[in-house]
Amino acid sequence: MVLEMRGITKRYPGVVANDGIDLAVRAGEIHALLGENGAGKSTLMNILYGLAVPDEGEILLDGTPVEIEGPNDAIRRGISMVHQHFMLVPVLSVAENILLGDEPMANPILLDRAAASRRIRELGASFGWELDPSTPVGSLSVGWQQRVEILKALYRKARVLVLDEPTASLTPQETREIFDVLRRLRSEGYAIIFISHKLYEVLEVADRITVIRRGRVVGSRVPSETDEDDLAELMVGREVQLTVDRGESHPGEPLLTVSGIRVQDDRGREVVHDVDFEVRAGEIFGIAGVAGNGQDELVESLLGLRSVAAGTVTLEGRRVTGASPRRLHQLGVGFVPADRHRYGVVLSFPLTDNLCLNDYYHAPYARGMVRDQDAIGRYANDLIDQYDIRAPSATVPAGTLSGGNQQKVVVAREFDGELRLLVLDQPTRGLDVGSIEFIHRQAIAKRDAGVAILLVSAELDEVLELSDRIGVMFRGRIVQVLDARRTNREEVGLLMATGGRETQAVQEATS
Amino acid sequence: MSDAPVTTETLRNEHPPQASVPDDRPPGRLSLLRRALRTLLLPASAIVLALLVGAVIMIASSPLVRGDVNPMLPLTAYAALVAGSVGSFNGIVNTLVQATPLVLAGLAVGIGFKAGLFNIGAQGQFLVGGMAAAAMGVTTAGLPPILAIPISVLAGIVAGAAYGFVPGFLKAFTGAHEVVTTIMLNYVAIQVVAYVASGPLRGENVSFARTETITTAALPVLAGREGHIGILFAAVAVPVVAWLLFRSTLGFEIRTVGANPDAARYAGMRPRALIILTMSIAGLLAGLAGATEILGQVGHMPAAYATSVGFDAIAVALLGRAHPVGILFAGLLFGAMRAGAGLMQIQAGIPVQMVNVLQAVILFFLAAELIVRYLFRIRAAGAEVAEMQTITRSYGEQVAK
Repeated sequence: MVLEMRGITKRYPGVVANDGIDLAVRAGEIHALLGENGAGKSTLMNILYGLAVPDEGEILLDGTPVEIEGPNDAIRRGISMVHQHFMLVPVLSVAENILLGDEPMANPILLDRAAASRRIRELGASFGWELDPSTPVGSLSVGWQQRVEILKALYRKARVLVLDEPTASLTPQETREIFDVLRRLRSEGYAIIFISHKLYEVLEVADRITVIRRGRVVGSRVPSETDEDDLAELMVGREVQLTVDRGESHPGEPLLTVSGIRVQDDRGREVVHDVDFEVRAGEIFGIAGVAGNGQDELVESLLGLRSVAAGTVTLEGRRVTGASPRRLHQLGVGFVPADRHRYGVVLSFPLTDNLCLNDYYHAPYARGMVRDQDAIGRYANDLIDQYDIRAPSATVPAGTLSGGNQQKVVVAREFDGELRLLVLDQPTRGLDVGSIEFIHRQAIAKRDAGVAILLVSAELDEVLELSDRIGVMFRGRIVQVLDARRTNREEVGLLMATGGRETQAVQEATS
Repeated sequence: MSDAPVTTETLRNEHPPQASVPDDRPPGRLSLLRRALRTLLLPASAIVLALLVGAVIMIASSPLVRGDVNPMLPLTAYAALVAGSVGSFNGIVNTLVQATPLVLAGLAVGIGFKAGLFNIGAQGQFLVGGMAAAAMGVTTAGLPPILAIPISVLAGIVAGAAYGFVPGFLKAFTGAHEVVTTIMLNYVAIQVVAYVASGPLRGENVSFARTETITTAALPVLAGREGHIGILFAAVAVPVVAWLLFRSTLGFEIRTVGANPDAARYAGMRPRALIILTMSIAGLLAGLAGATEILGQVGHMPAAYATSVGFDAIAVALLGRAHPVGILFAGLLFGAMRAGAGLMQIQAGIPVQMVNVLQAVILFFLAAELIVRYLFRIRAAGAEVAEMQTITRSYGEQVAK
């Protein structure tokens, strides 16, 4: 065993975050740590990384008990962590980011940049990566930034590598690549702890799987002896429907009609070209596409967050091209954003304020300019009950909640009230199985209530499971609209990757 | 981000926990007392450390001044500082008088922080407000005080607000960073005062370049030798600004824009308008501070008006953690140090400038919070001064469209 954690217990006021957790990781093993958000995975890893001190239990490295005093100490002992949100400085180069905190000196004053660059190049080359150490990290894609994080760990001679939800923001292609990297590291004898709540990923890449629920280890599995249903049940503590029962949909009249719209990105390049589609009442229209094919800009333009260069958008026959977010909200448009920290929640604000973020200005939450704290509090507590938001109280800052619960805050706010159109932009990104199930059910319920739903997702499975019709977006165009019941993963995946044949793409672009 | 200050707002909404769930972080269920303590910990530590540093400086410099080392000197000095500021009725009044402009200008900086803006321009807004009040003060010399005073005060408010509007407008529509524009406008204000007070409005029969003495527009004294009515302006402004920020929809919008401009935009708020409005309100408050100081304390506007109120206000706002109540106490503290400095010089032979040293050291420790946290073993997240983020945020940022 390279690493053993024995009987780790960590209590926070009112909560036992880790309750006697045992974890043993061998060299040359990918050990998956599976659990819902808030199950205690991060606490355990923070303890391993010296960011938190356990109340009970011990950590053994190579069989010797150690006390890890902080991240620097952890790194010195060969433990490195790749965080879900990368700890990179965008304006610094690859080499500078890797050196940060452990700078090789040519002499007491100057950095030995040449030697560092050489080593980084060699390290990269050993994986077959052509990486220029002088590239600013900010100009790299998410996938490459992650590789920089991994190189950083290897550069510091890590033996135990912890990856916290490494695939959360990767495309399927990038995910495959990172798995190859992990397998490669395994064969070289590294011990890898892979934190995730994506069941199929864990089954694909892990050698052993430890499942944590509510601070305890509830089971340990080998991929060959388990399956997704088994893992999900362990993780959630009850039987979980992994595929939502979407039932019959009964589409009505077209509610949202988008015709010929063109949208530009921040740099003024047109990234949405002449897109048409309609979403009917009681229907889920999915937009599938690899991230970066104009979906973000399309969604923002529909919500009044980005101007529409050409074309029209109508909602129930009303022209709403370029309408303000508030006007759209008043017309019954709800929005669950992909990046909830950006548009979804104000992390420092209490749940009360977050839950009435769209409605703060009118009765009963405000009379004239005066906010009614009682009404806001009552409303918040209603929503907290109704949407099962797990929070100690309505006044805690949203930032103290787990990701799944933060997303529930957004869902509660946006799903409540008189809805006509719901825009769901990657509504379950980074969420655990239980939260995903919850959000999918809520979406289906809204569909059955006659709401038109536009679902944008890079998760192919999500689009296929929920949608009635699927528009595949490729390079700023909707290249084809498919009937979800008469298509399959392969067809949609191929269209996502290639946009179909070029001639066909042009024809379909206007269909 | 924003430091969720303890207000009655949080008091009223404190509900029993809905459910106890394991979370990866400790839950935010902290008693109000603990929350209050956590908020106060850093400012209090900074003050204590500053007093210690001040003591070291006094002891170290005592051989130079007196020729011997006097380890008791700091105690004598601090005792005199306390006695001079709160030891007598006149001392207390003087503390209030000194605190008044600091509190008002401190609010001007603090409200900016709440909107994510670093208003370094309080100094300029203060000067312009004071100048406008002085100008109206001398021209209304023929009117009775009941008219002259409101007109002059109003002039200061309007001028200050206009002077805050300019950087707000520039930020909202051109992206020009308020730090840069307000610093430049501070210089403009100095020159405007110098020109007006030595040119068109220069008083006759005065020994140096300044306006005529303000007569009917002078703020009446209510208490002690110089306890003018302007003290009440500050006393009213604190609850008004607190109400605005924490009770009104406008304040909610201001705080949301400060905490997350993108979310604010999606929630239907208008960040540009709010930036302009916030800067104008900030200018209004700093302008009121200037008007109060000129009409109540100085009695005229000198062409070379040596003041640092607008800059001290930054320290006040930081020490008060941008919360109106905190700013009130920080302003009172700095006011008391100014009021007691004279007695400290007389009794302990420590120059009044020592007060500026203390103030600077407090600010230093607030900014270098890591040092304070290390010294006092403060590990709690959220103990840091969130306003520092506004100060240190990069200049390249763009205002949300």
